[in-house]
Amino acid sequence: MQRLTGAQILCESLLKEGVDTIFGMPGGAVIPLYDTLFQYPFRHVLCRHEQGASHMADGYARITGKVGVCLGTSGPGATNLVTGIATAMMDSVPMVAITGQVPTYMIGKDAFQETDTTGITMPITKHNYLVMDVNDLARVVKEAFHIARTGRPGPVLIDIPKDVTTNFASYVYPSRVHLPGFRPRVQGHARQVRQAARLIEAAKRPIIIAGHGIILSGAFAELREFAEKTQIPVLTTLLGISAFPETHPLYLGWPGMHGMYYANMAISHTDCMVAVGMRMDDRVTGRLNAFAPHAQIIHIDIDPAELGKNVPTAVPIVGDAKHVLEALTDEVKPGHHPDWMQTLAQWRIQHPSLALPERPETMSSPWIIRELYHATEGKAVLVTDVGQAQMWAAQHYFFERPNTHVTSGGLGPMGYALPAAIGVQIGKPDEEVWCITGDGGFQMTLEELSVLVEEKLPVKIALFNNGYLGMVRQWQQLFFDRRYAGVKMWNPDFVKLGEAYGIPTVRVSQVDDVRNALDWARGIDGPAMIEFVVEAEENVFPMVPPGASLQETIENAEEVAPKMRQVAVAVGGDAGGV
Amino acid sequence: MKHTLVALVENQPGVLQRVANLFSRRGFNIESLTVGHTETERTSRMTIVVDGAKTQVEQVIKQLYKLIDVLRVSDVTDDRTVERELALIKVHCPSATNRVEIANLAEIFRGRVVDVAPDAVIVEVTGNDEKIDTLLGMLRPYGIKEMVRTGVISMVRGSQVTARVTDARMLDAAG
Repeated sequence: MQRLTGAQILCESLLKEGVDTIFGMPGGAVIPLYDTLFQYPFRHVLCRHEQGASHMADGYARITGKVGVCLGTSGPGATNLVTGIATAMMDSVPMVAITGQVPTYMIGKDAFQETDTTGITMPITKHNYLVMDVNDLARVVKEAFHIARTGRPGPVLIDIPKDVTTNFASYVYPSRVHLPGFRPRVQGHARQVRQAARLIEAAKRPIIIAGHGIILSGAFAELREFAEKTQIPVLTTLLGISAFPETHPLYLGWPGMHGMYYANMAISHTDCMVAVGMRMDDRVTGRLNAFAPHAQIIHIDIDPAELGKNVPTAVPIVGDAKHVLEALTDEVKPGHHPDWMQTLAQWRIQHPSLALPERPETMSSPWIIRELYHATEGKAVLVTDVGQAQMWAAQHYFFERPNTHVTSGGLGPMGYALPAAIGVQIGKPDEEVWCITGDGGFQMTLEELSVLVEEKLPVKIALFNNGYLGMVRQWQQLFFDRRYAGVKMWNPDFVKLGEAYGIPTVRVSQVDDVRNALDWARGIDGPAMIEFVVEAEENVFPMVPPGASLQETIENAEEVAPKMRQVAVAVGGDAGGV
Repeated sequence: MKHTLVALVENQPGVLQRVANLFSRRGFNIESLTVGHTETERTSRMTIVVDGAKTQVEQVIKQLYKLIDVLRVSDVTDDRTVERELALIKVHCPSATNRVEIANLAEIFRGRVVDVAPDAVIVEVTGNDEKIDTLLGMLRPYGIKEMVRTGVISMVRGSQVTARVTDARMLDAAG
């Protein structure tokens, strides 16, 4: 039997798990690990801040479906990873985060760069490990990858003390895991599936809401077959965008805080909702007691704890989206709902939500996104940040191909887009990847521009510069009587900044130059950046004010009644955030 | 209402922290929590008394199941169970008369005096919540100097094994 060091055991085990790329940064506690790591055939991507590494691993995981791996040293290395780990937890992204730790004999002594990493990450990981004995390491890695990718995916952290990486042990990679407390259920219960089918057949105004679970389980074809057989219109959640082709006649957009008017009306009037692979997030539901008031809800999710958590369910089905949809399609009779489709079409005509002028007067952000859609013919992968630009990209780019919209939903970490786009491009080198970001979010992780250059990644950056933290400004305008607090930003010269990194960069301030700039960037072999100097106080509409119901969707600033303003301020704390 | 949950967990470092974290993060109130060994070496058993509505408690159980180290959870509130708690009560007791009275009181509750000092005694008593509360009420007039309770442990009566919940019922339970 082979005697290997902990570092070698880790590397061997990672190879066994099919890992080829690791996003990380070395530091004191992982120097021996790095010494070994570089003798193995991994592609190591050197982040410039560990938050970048965790978002890169996240983007890589979302686009490839494989487990993303990030690596940091003890103490600050671990704490810097935290934002990306929490993002992966909220959005069910398979990830293994590896952190160095001070040697076992120094743990608890407040040693240099010591922190209680497993303690800190306990609530933001699916599971975590502190490996105190090198003999446990191979088993732990095996379990970590199994847990990260099985059932509802999520991040798992492995904390490895420095001496564990240098100690020797016999190495045999376990062939299977023994986790009696972890047995996710994949197949839907047959009785529940039958019950759901009968409800669907009886429904007059049914809808489907498809979430991230469709993408995670690769249930694109199954969703489409189910929708086409039953002729039920399909909404997606924000993270479900690109689970269903947006040009499909049954596609009805997405609901929620910045969703389409007709999507919100569909929810408010449906009598049967098939919610699959989604978790009834408050940004989707609006005020809970007015959510889908007429609907019997069939909720399908692989995580039993999501069923009935926020919204009462008529038929809960635990299982993987792909399997359950397949079973449901087999069980259900074909349907058609001409009256309902007529009503929906009517709402869509009366409240188009996504209508844009052919040529705007000023530099309008949604219009620029639409131009990007035309320029790329809907075939690019968009990786978006958090805030206004994120919402405009989700609204005005029409995603055709499965899994081409990558964004962070649950945690909402500004600064996500650039590092995630790096992970996405590394995972899919042949895709056209656009990073859609704002001046606020971009400046949170712009240090990763170095990685773009170093790794020769042809990511195109569309930087929407409105000189504000735009989404917060929008809330302050609408609900706080335009008292702008902490949102106006001084910005550097982004063109010089891009050039300092050696990235071709242009500034666009005229509507007529937008398309040329997009075409220019697409023609460049390598990274490129466009700074769009956009209208400073443009707002994202439609909008469901915080604390309001989906039926109270507003379509412009004038509709924000004074009363609504008070409600929004009063409940801003719980329903709010940005 | 109060629910008594019995959880079988893997005997791993940090498992108590995971369970306690879960309760505090999800905003569930723990009335009491006890942990101890079981008949199998690798598992520990937790008895958790939690206050909340039925749907809330169902959510607690589902969240507990998401912890990798949690093997089984059952809500034994409606089962016929043996519930026990141990209390040690140090009572102010300056005279021999008091000592006899306290010993007699303890006797009635099937407790006993386990330590005697010139001006204090320690009473040990085992029972359910109500019994211990009643004895405490009786001893209070003498002056209680110190008290500790272990929290409830619970076991279903009869030959049936406690911590068994059919997966299907748990997993498909509508909230």
